[in-house]
Amino acid sequence: MVKKIAPLALFIALAGLFLYMLTQMNRGEYNPRDVPTEFIGKPAPEFALPDLLEPNQMVSSSDFRGTPWLLNVWATWCPECWREHGYLNSLAKQRGIVIVGLNWRDELDKARQMLAELGNPFARVAVDKESDAVMDWGVYAAPETFLIDAEGVIRAKHKGAMNETVWQKKFAPHFETGT
Amino acid sequence: MIPELGHFALIIALAITVVQSVVPLFGAARNDAAMIAIARPAAYAQLFFVFLSYLALTYAFIVHDFSVLYVAQHSNLLQPLLYRISGVWGSHEGSLLLWALTLSVWTAAVALFSRHLPDVLMARVLSVMGLISIGFLLFMLFTSNPFERIFPAPLDGNSLNPLLQDPGLAIHPPMLYMGYVGFSVAFAFAVAALLGGRLDATWARWSRPWTTVAWAFLTFGIALGSWWAYNELGWGGWWFWDPVENASFMPWLVGTALIHSLAVTEKRGVLKSWTVLLAIMAFSLSLLGTFIVRSGVLVSVHAFATDPARGVFILIFLCLVVGGSLALYAWRSETVSSTGSFKWFSRETALLLNNVILVTLAVAVFVGTLYPLVLDAFGLGKISVGRPYFDNMFALISAPLLLLMGFGPFMRWKSDDPTRVRKSLSVVLAVSLALGMVLPFMIDGALKVGAGLGLAAAIWIGITTLQSYIKRFRSASKIPLAFTGMTMAHLGVAMFVAGVTMVMTYEQEKDLRMEPGSVYEMAGYEFKFLGTRKVQGPNYTGDEGRIEVWRSGELIKELNPQKRVYNDQNNPMTESSIQITLMRDLYSALGEPLGGGAWSMRLYHKPMIRWIWLGSLFMTIGGVLAVSDKRYRRSRVAKPGVVKVQLAAGSRP
Repeated sequence: MVKKIAPLALFIALAGLFLYMLTQMNRGEYNPRDVPTEFIGKPAPEFALPDLLEPNQMVSSSDFRGTPWLLNVWATWCPECWREHGYLNSLAKQRGIVIVGLNWRDELDKARQMLAELGNPFARVAVDKESDAVMDWGVYAAPETFLIDAEGVIRAKHKGAMNETVWQKKFAPHFETGT
Repeated sequence: MIPELGHFALIIALAITVVQSVVPLFGAARNDAAMIAIARPAAYAQLFFVFLSYLALTYAFIVHDFSVLYVAQHSNLLQPLLYRISGVWGSHEGSLLLWALTLSVWTAAVALFSRHLPDVLMARVLSVMGLISIGFLLFMLFTSNPFERIFPAPLDGNSLNPLLQDPGLAIHPPMLYMGYVGFSVAFAFAVAALLGGRLDATWARWSRPWTTVAWAFLTFGIALGSWWAYNELGWGGWWFWDPVENASFMPWLVGTALIHSLAVTEKRGVLKSWTVLLAIMAFSLSLLGTFIVRSGVLVSVHAFATDPARGVFILIFLCLVVGGSLALYAWRSETVSSTGSFKWFSRETALLLNNVILVTLAVAVFVGTLYPLVLDAFGLGKISVGRPYFDNMFALISAPLLLLMGFGPFMRWKSDDPTRVRKSLSVVLAVSLALGMVLPFMIDGALKVGAGLGLAAAIWIGITTLQSYIKRFRSASKIPLAFTGMTMAHLGVAMFVAGVTMVMTYEQEKDLRMEPGSVYEMAGYEFKFLGTRKVQGPNYTGDEGRIEVWRSGELIKELNPQKRVYNDQNNPMTESSIQITLMRDLYSALGEPLGGGAWSMRLYHKPMIRWIWLGSLFMTIGGVLAVSDKRYRRSRVAKPGVVKVQLAAGSRP
C-alpha cells in the first residue's frame, strides 16, 4: 500500500513547497532573481568601450573612481528598459546619482534616439556590442544595475527594472553610509 | 475585428472541450454509446477552433496590428515575415496558444489514427486529454490572453533581441512542445486504463507509438536548442545546465525510461504499474517544466516575463492533473498488477535497471535544479549548483547505464544464462576497454582515465549494437523496422557519448592578440594570421581576417572571419569562420582592431563536436523508424492478457 501512495505523498510535499515559494514571492520576501553575484564585495571588472554619444572617445570604468556610481545595462530591444527609464531619469536629475549606461548589443541610432526622446539619465554611455563587458560582469539579461563604490568595489546589484522600492532596499543604504 | 474573432474562437474551443471531456467520461461510465460517440467529433471541432484562434494571432502579427498588446510588445515594422510568424510563440501568451494548439493536434491525431481502439477506451483517452486542454484554455483566457488590445495603439512595436532572430531558434519551441505535449497521450492512455481498471499488453501496444513519436520530437527539439546555442551565442558551449534546459531534459529522461518499460509491458505483460507511473511522471514533468519556466520560480538566461499570479494558477492546475492522477494511481493500481514473471537474469531485469538509472538521473537533475531555490525560499542562503555538480553526477550515474546498454539487447526475455552472455560479450568488453584506454594515449600521449572510460563506453555500445543487429540479420529473414530503429537510436547514443567525451576532454578555446605574421599553435594546427583586408559587400563594408591553418607543413584551409558594418546601421556584426569536418570544428572570429594591424581574436578547436548533434539526430531517426513499423498499423491486435512472444533479439540463440 505504501508503495502506491508514495508518489502521491511526494507530490503533495512538493506542491506544498511550491506554494510556499510562490507566497514568499508574492509577499516580496523572496525573489529568485536576486542571484547574488560573486562579484559583490569584489573590485569591479575593468572595461574600456566606445562612447555612444561621442564615438571617438572611450568610456572606461576607471574614469569614475572617487565617487559611487551605478552601471546600468540597457538596450532598445529590452521593453523593461523603456519602463525603468523614467525612474533612472529621476535618480540622476533629482538625487544627482552618477549613472553610467552600458548599451548592450544594440543599434546605435535607435539607442541615441531613445535617449533624445526619453531624456538621458546617463553621465556616459559605453557601447558593448560584443557582450565583452557584459560577460565580464556576469550579466544575465537586461536591464541590470550595479552599484560601484568610490574605491571601485561592487556593492549591490539588481536584475530587472529599477524602482523606488528596490532603490530604498538595496541601493540607498550604501549611499547613506558613505560607501 | 480579427483578434476578437480569435479570442471568441478560443472561448468556443473551451466550451467544446468541456463537452469533449465531460460527456464521454459519463458515457464510458454508463456505457452509453451516444455519449461516447461525442468524443471524436468534439476533438476535431476543438482543433478547428483553436487553430482558427492561432491563425487570427498570426494574422495580427503579419499585418502589424499594434493595437494588439502582444503584437506591439513582440514585433515591429522592420521584422521579416519569418520572424513575425515565429513571433507568435516568441513569448508567454503566444507560446501558451501554441501549447494549446499542439495539444489539440495530438488529440485530433489520436481520434483519427486510433480507430481500432475499443470505443470506451477511446472516449476516456480523449476525455482526459480534453481535461488537460480545459486547464490550458482557462489559463490563457483568464491570465494570459494574447488578444488583449491597447489604446491608443503605438505606431511601431518593440524590437526583438537580435540574437533571437534565427531560424534554428524559431522552430525550436514547436519541436519541444510537440514532445512535451505528446507525452499527454501516454498520460491519457494510462489514466484511461486506470479508470477502466483494465491494463494489459494491448494497452502498452497502443500507447507505445505515441510515446515514441513524442520522444523523437523532444529529442530533436532539445538537440536543435543545443545546436543553436553553439552556433549563435558563439561561446562555444553546447549545453549549459540552465534551468530551462533542465526542464526539457527531465521529461526526456523519464520519457526514455517510459519507452523501454512500455516495451517490457507490451512484450511480457510485466512492470505494468511501474509503466503507468512513468507515463504519469513523464507528462507531469512536462507540466512542471511549464510551471518552472512560466511562474518565475526559476530564473535563467531565458528571461521570460514572469508573474507569480500565473504561478498560482499553474500550481493549482498541476495539483489537479498530477495530484489527481497520482491519487487515481494509489487507488486503482492494485487492479493492474502484473501477470507474468521473470527471473533475475533476464532482459526484463536489464530494462528495469535501465529505468531505475534513467529515473535516478532525472531525480538528480531535478534536485540540482530545485535545491538552491528551496534553500533560498527558506532563507537558508543562496548557493549555486553549477556545472561541476551536473557534469560529475551525470557521468557517475550514467556509467552503469552505458555498460548495461551493451548487454540489454543480447539478453533473452524471461530468463537467461549468465555464462552464455558472458561468453559472447566478455571479449567485446575487454576490447572496448583496451581501445578506449589506448585512444587518449594516441591522441596526445597522456593517459586519461575519464576520457578512456567515455570512449570505451562509446565503442562498447557501438560494437554490441551492431553485433546484435548482425545476429538478428542472420537469424531472421526480415528485420522489423522497430528493431532497426532501436539499433539506430543506440548507435546515436554511442556517437553522442563519443562526441561529449572528446569535446569535454580535448576542446580548446583561446582569446588572443595576433599581429600580422604571428602564428598560434593549437591542437596540432598552426593558425597563421596574415592580416586583414577591406571587403565590400552588397550592403556592408568590413574587414576580413586572413588566417591560414597549417598542419604538419600542409596548408589546410584559409579561414576568413569578418567584421562587417552594414550601411543602414553602424552596428558591426561578427561573422565567424568555422571549418567543419566530421572530426573537429575549427572556429575563428575577429574581435577588435588593436592598432598596428593587430587584432584580438578568438580561436576554438572542438574535436568531434558534430557527433553530439549527429548522435541526437540518429536517436530521432531511430524513433521515427520504430514508429513506422507496420505492426502498429495492424487493425486489431492480440486478445488482451495474451502475451505474444515476439521473435525479439535474444529470444533465440
